[in-house]
Amino acid sequence: MRLEKRDVSPPLVRLTAPVLAVLTSLLICSSLIKAAGAPVLWAYWTMLVGAVGSLNALSETLTRATPLIFTGLAVAVAFRARIWNIGAEGQLYAGALATVLVAADGGRVAAMVPHWALPVIAAAAAFVAGAALLLGPVVLKVKLGVDEVVTTLLSNFVMLLFVSFLLDGPFKDPMSMGWPQTPPVDSAVSLRHLLGGATRLHAGFLFALLSAAFLWLFNVRSVWGYEMRAVGYSRSGARFAGMPVTSVLLRVALLSGGIAGLAGFNEIAGVKGYLTLDMSPGFGYSGIVVAMLAQLHPVAVVASAIFVAAIFVGADAMSRAVAVPNYIADVMVSVSLLTMLVAMMLTRYRICHE
Amino acid sequence: MNDQAIPVEGSIGIRGPALRISGVTKRFGTLVANEDVSFTLNAGQVVALLGENGAGKTTLMNILFGHYVADSGHIEVNGASLASGSPQAALRAGIGMVHQHFALANNLTVAENIIIGTEPLFLPWHRPKAKDRILEIAQRYGLAVDPDALVRDISVGERQRVEIVKALYRNVRILVMDEPTAVLTPQEAEGLFATLRNLVTNGVAVIFISHKLREVMSVADKIVVMRQGKVVAERFVSETSREELAELMVGRKVVFPDRKPTSVGDPVLRLDGIVLRQAGNRPKILDGVNLEVRQHEILGVAGISGNGQAALADIACGVLVPSEGLIHLSGQPVQSNPSEFVKRGVARIPEDRHTTGLIPDMSVWENVVAERYRSGDFAIAGLQRIGAARKYAELVIDQFDVRGAAPNTSARQLSGGNMQKLILGRSLLQNPVMIIATQPTRGLDIGAVAYVHRKLLEARDRGAGVLLISEDLDELFSLSDRIAVMFRGTLSNPMRTEEVSLKELGLKMAGQSSTRGR
Repeated sequence: MRLEKRDVSPPLVRLTAPVLAVLTSLLICSSLIKAAGAPVLWAYWTMLVGAVGSLNALSETLTRATPLIFTGLAVAVAFRARIWNIGAEGQLYAGALATVLVAADGGRVAAMVPHWALPVIAAAAAFVAGAALLLGPVVLKVKLGVDEVVTTLLSNFVMLLFVSFLLDGPFKDPMSMGWPQTPPVDSAVSLRHLLGGATRLHAGFLFALLSAAFLWLFNVRSVWGYEMRAVGYSRSGARFAGMPVTSVLLRVALLSGGIAGLAGFNEIAGVKGYLTLDMSPGFGYSGIVVAMLAQLHPVAVVASAIFVAAIFVGADAMSRAVAVPNYIADVMVSVSLLTMLVAMMLTRYRICHE
Repeated sequence: MNDQAIPVEGSIGIRGPALRISGVTKRFGTLVANEDVSFTLNAGQVVALLGENGAGKTTLMNILFGHYVADSGHIEVNGASLASGSPQAALRAGIGMVHQHFALANNLTVAENIIIGTEPLFLPWHRPKAKDRILEIAQRYGLAVDPDALVRDISVGERQRVEIVKALYRNVRILVMDEPTAVLTPQEAEGLFATLRNLVTNGVAVIFISHKLREVMSVADKIVVMRQGKVVAERFVSETSREELAELMVGRKVVFPDRKPTSVGDPVLRLDGIVLRQAGNRPKILDGVNLEVRQHEILGVAGISGNGQAALADIACGVLVPSEGLIHLSGQPVQSNPSEFVKRGVARIPEDRHTTGLIPDMSVWENVVAERYRSGDFAIAGLQRIGAARKYAELVIDQFDVRGAAPNTSARQLSGGNMQKLILGRSLLQNPVMIIATQPTRGLDIGAVAYVHRKLLEARDRGAGVLLISEDLDELFSLSDRIAVMFRGTLSNPMRTEEVSLKELGLKMAGQSSTRGR
């Protein structure tokens, strides 16, 4: 048996492959559910209901998907240009930190600008903070050839420890009863809730959808998007054609880091209202999975972010209903990533029998 | 040469062929790489395997060496069947190969390179015996090698001799030479041919893989022509001609364009004192290169690869900034920047179609605008004018006969020749004043070679200047008006092609001026 490269991947294969990959991963994970002693179909049903079965469930899933869309887009943008940004988690915290700094309740900025401008300024600050955090590793990469996988990964820990230091020191909320958290942000920065009642879905979700659409158009229509694609496919080809490869890479870094920073803004302004060290349950890392599942396509990132969020939210429901530990969510997401990678390979290669 | 070889062939021919390949077929999916390939090779014979890229020569050799298993057919060595799919069996049967790119360790001596893998490395008392054997082999076959020299200090021609000695040391009786002259000067190639003659008179059989007609005619006894996986003809050298071989190889008549004399015009490209340094104390890649290309003129740059041609091409394309020196285009100084060069009318045909010339994962339309994607023709207010780009792609496809391409096809799907047509088309349609072509026909089939040559000559006749950097001397002689030679980063004074002899060129390529060389 041998793999043979296809000249063209038929569109039907390209579209069905992800679906088959997800179904396969569900099949594989059903053995774990079985091993945990739960009826498989019933378990999946409770999961589905828990993820999308009610307005509240749907709202939770989409709320959870929102930061994943941002981090997924950030990773997709960088990976497209073959910058391996593993640092979305740190960039997210940088964005969150910038948001609480700018929009601190009673802070100087909040006092100076009109109410409607505060979220805009806070989002811009978050973008800049995330961008700045990725700029360093990418400058090191293009100037000195330092591997960005290492530097971006390590920047996550540096950022987390820095935030931890601030939460226990200068930015500690005196009213927090000793919990390490910042004071709440100004209410003007809070994003509007979309569905009313007790649901948490906020305007940040729409913002995420718009970002995805914008990035898609940017990618396929704009001169800068063309440069980024070309640089990603072939550095030497792009350089020969006269594209400014270094500045394109720096631009990609700013864009990717900035989008990851927006995820941080979004969590502060849409959900939490203040910064804690457990704000992100690894949104930055999950963003890598989201982007890979979406094959780095900005619009597909939305779908894959919702899928991943639904698994996490649904798994919580499942664990309550049938006593399968909710760690199953991590397993399911990981397995679906693996099956997806296999499926992607099969769209590019066909299996031949000797 | 021939009358010397024939009696030997006859006397050993009694024993039967050294190698008999019969009915070998190998398929990869739907592609038939070898179809019913049969030929024989006698001891004392040089058989040339002639064919274009993709004709199946390499697949056949891989089957011979046991790297691939043939779907059908079998191979006999000295009358005994050769086990298929076993490299060890091939080695034991005395089959050896000298690759185009040598497999020698630079930091070891010649002797160490030869014995590596055959003698225990940790028993130094074996060494003198091994050295004696190397010297004996060298003497018997007339292969001048110095066992104690470090490989990094010896010339390319000598390295090739070391590879041959290495094969003979392993008792190879059937020696396969894969495109052995690609890295040699004409003189070194002559030396190699003499060596091969010596080998065959001593009973070694040689398979000589090549696509160059001239050298095949001068070294081989018998020529096996392959096309599309099949043996299309078998000819003795005495009964064929270069024209016939070319036609057999391609399958149709190929008409090469003629260079008609023109009178040159004003200078288009001028390089003054171009120096390119390397980091640290390593030697300069380019050391004071001056050249001038005028309208209606093709200036050929010859040289063995690795003497600075790649850097010269990159500088002339604006991709690389020289450490020192000035570049003028049409009398005006120009900044080293590819877009600037393109804007000023420079067409650039790079050496490597896959990694620099094109971006294979992008579509044809994205590739045809790659050099000018920011110009007003293809961009407006930061957005791409995709419609205009597609139209331009269609124009290139149509005017330059790019087969199997539509604007949306990914460039990867095109054959080498069609990729080159795409590169030619996108730049030549702009009526360039200057063309920088580096190895523009490497790896192309003969039909595509003729096409590229015709286009370059057309551009020259129209008034463009052409800088042609090539390692193919036939190409340089048939296209260039003047020829210069690169050696260790310096460029000789160009000579009119009519006044250059192959011998003189070869000496210059080896770094000897013609007066000192004598």
